[in-house]
Amino acid sequence: MSAATSVLKALAGALAMLAFWFILSHFAIVPRIFLPSPSQTFQALAFGWTDGDLPEQTSATLLRMIEGWLLSSFAGVLVGSAVGISSAARAYLSPTLEFLRPLPASAIIPVAIAVFGLTPEMVLGAVVFGSIWPTLLATVHGFAGIDPRLREVAQTLRLSNLAFVAKIGLPNALPDILSGMRVSMTVALIVTIVGEMITGQSGLGSAILLAGRSFQSSDLFAGLILLGALGVISNVLLRSAERRLLRWQLN
Amino acid sequence: MKTWRGLVVPAVAILLWEAALHGVRTQSDTIAAPSAVLASLWRLLSDGTLLRTTFETLTASCLGLALGFGTGVLAGTLLGIFPRAAAYLLTPIELIRPIPSVALIPLSLMAYGFGLSMEAAIVAFATFWPTLILSHTAIAAIDMRLIEVARLLRLGPIARVTKILIPAAMPRILTALRLAIGLALVVAVTVEIAANPQGLGYALIIAQQSLRPGDMLATLIWVGILGWGLNALLVMLERRLSSEQVQTMSEV
Repeated sequence: MSAATSVLKALAGALAMLAFWFILSHFAIVPRIFLPSPSQTFQALAFGWTDGDLPEQTSATLLRMIEGWLLSSFAGVLVGSAVGISSAARAYLSPTLEFLRPLPASAIIPVAIAVFGLTPEMVLGAVVFGSIWPTLLATVHGFAGIDPRLREVAQTLRLSNLAFVAKIGLPNALPDILSGMRVSMTVALIVTIVGEMITGQSGLGSAILLAGRSFQSSDLFAGLILLGALGVISNVLLRSAERRLLRWQLN
Repeated sequence: MKTWRGLVVPAVAILLWEAALHGVRTQSDTIAAPSAVLASLWRLLSDGTLLRTTFETLTASCLGLALGFGTGVLAGTLLGIFPRAAAYLLTPIELIRPIPSVALIPLSLMAYGFGLSMEAAIVAFATFWPTLILSHTAIAAIDMRLIEVARLLRLGPIARVTKILIPAAMPRILTALRLAIGLALVVAVTVEIAANPQGLGYALIIAQQSLRPGDMLATLIWVGILGWGLNALLVMLERRLSSEQVQTMSEV
């Protein structure tokens, strides 16, 4: 199958989805109050973008997500390298990390509210705490998978710990770290939305909650489309960055 | 030998936490000492509150999981069996899948109101997509030779599914189930924190709002124990099932 036909098939699939949506709403198979028609949704999207505050809300959510993700990626790689570099540190810390990992990221929000109050910093802190685990654990995992012979080489060359991390550790753990960061991005978006919903701070999370409560389903769907787009675009960007950064591996 | 080393860090943290709050005589609205948290945990467990909220959360996650995982396996299998249809459908799937499940909270709230159904619907949405993708790859990764064997043996469509497809795809589908179970619990608690007034997540947020830090932290720790225990149990089950499979394979 050539690339052109697969693109055509993908387009046909997307169009079929739109048609399916149109049929569901046009013949009121799903009540109109819950499911607006595609045209109503795109009108709401266009109106919100030019005359409403959708651009501000989108950028607020986007900035919060990116800021939290960058901070958590940085901290995750830092702590992950520190834990991953020695097997003793792993033995002391992994059980604690394994306990914290399955904790729902949003469960930390009530505690964060109690300590920091309903501030933007609180939401950011919850995003960082929630999204750090995939990157942190992937880094530890990546370091644990380093060939023992490379460790011996580092010993023979008398590399310092820092040089070991920079020259052997991080390059070898890079595939794991990048896929961990991709998962972290998803978690960051989720915690951002939940944080905005609970605290009512401006952003798409609180906007769609408000739209839902006032039964403005076309505004709600406009927000959903924007959030979905954030998810798709960030995922696609990270995947292509991953391919680019890991190209040396294939050779 | 290794176990005690893992316990050092939490033990030291708890001791420091207790010591730091021991000097504080005033009662805090935001944080509680470990001893107070333990007392809260014991009280919430013995008066049945925690068991009731746990039951609510688990009911919603199980219902959503059954819906999301069941339809996910079905849809993934169909896509695997009909690769021509998959070429058209994978793009719409990739467009809908990245919508964060929590973004559907307002929609589900509008459609179902508060309660079990709105929560189960979101859990179902969240577990459906990864299950679909993993069971699709599970079917697509089946060795072509097995299909040829089926053709040679002139197996009917039902026998093909039950004798070839399901056994061959089983290990990956079990992995999908483990992921989906973990996801179901996390999503259920998240929905309760964000909107739905029932279960463990709501217990967390209401303890915070009524300034009971002991109850809040006790619930948080209980959620952690629940997630950790569930994950450990599933990893063990998966290991046992896959080792049985390796054994039967080597016996054959």
